[in-house]
Amino acid sequence: MPIEVNGKSLETDEEGYLANLNDWVPECATVMAALEDQELTESHWEVINFLREYYDEYQIAPAVRVLTKAIGKKLGKDKGNSKYLYELFPYGPGKQACKYAGLPKPTGCV
Amino acid sequence: MSEPWEDDVEGPVKKFMFINRKSPYGTVYALESLEVVLITAAFDQDVSLVFSDDGVFQIKKGQKTDGIGMKNFSPTYRALEGYDVEKLYVDKESLDERGLTQEDLLVDVEILSRAELADLMDEQDVVLSF
Repeated sequence: MPIEVNGKSLETDEEGYLANLNDWVPECATVMAALEDQELTESHWEVINFLREYYDEYQIAPAVRVLTKAIGKKLGKDKGNSKYLYELFPYGPGKQACKYAGLPKPTGCV
Repeated sequence: MSEPWEDDVEGPVKKFMFINRKSPYGTVYALESLEVVLITAAFDQDVSLVFSDDGVFQIKKGQKTDGIGMKNFSPTYRALEGYDVEKLYVDKESLDERGLTQEDLLVDVEILSRAELADLMDEQDVVLSF
């Protein structure tokens, strides 16, 4: 189902991931979050921006375990744990945060 | 009931070796192998990678794929460390035959002879060739 962002219709797959990575603008995250009744805080954006940078560098969406470890290294131990990330993204930090960040579903995500 | 953020109980760990023998583009083998490697690592298995024959080109620096309309996935090999995949081996003969050295590769590897690779292969539970 396509999503409506800034007056443009963007194609997504059946799970709501953007069909075209280059379509992503920050508003995509806001729109996707609203569809799931979520409001994005600074803490959410920290993770979303981190994922964008990770993808830019490695060309993949990291597995949850890898994301958790990498967040811990970059943003501190109190954020680099699954509990914190699951509280921000209850549908799973890998799946949900990657979707908001316009990335494909993480490899190895079942 | 366990919460989703609690770590799973540790399961059995097997030794997996992935042997990459084909050039990165032209067939889907290299990319598929990389995906299986990442999945295997995400399940906390013991993973080693071997690059042999034209497979050594998979980790060659400076890949540019614009001309062939494919995604350059070589940066992903540098993500392996974050997945705790640190056992990367390269067949010395294959490297020599192609005029390459460690300097040409985008990740740190251990360069081994065919005899040494054969010994390593013997230690594995699972060997998959791509």
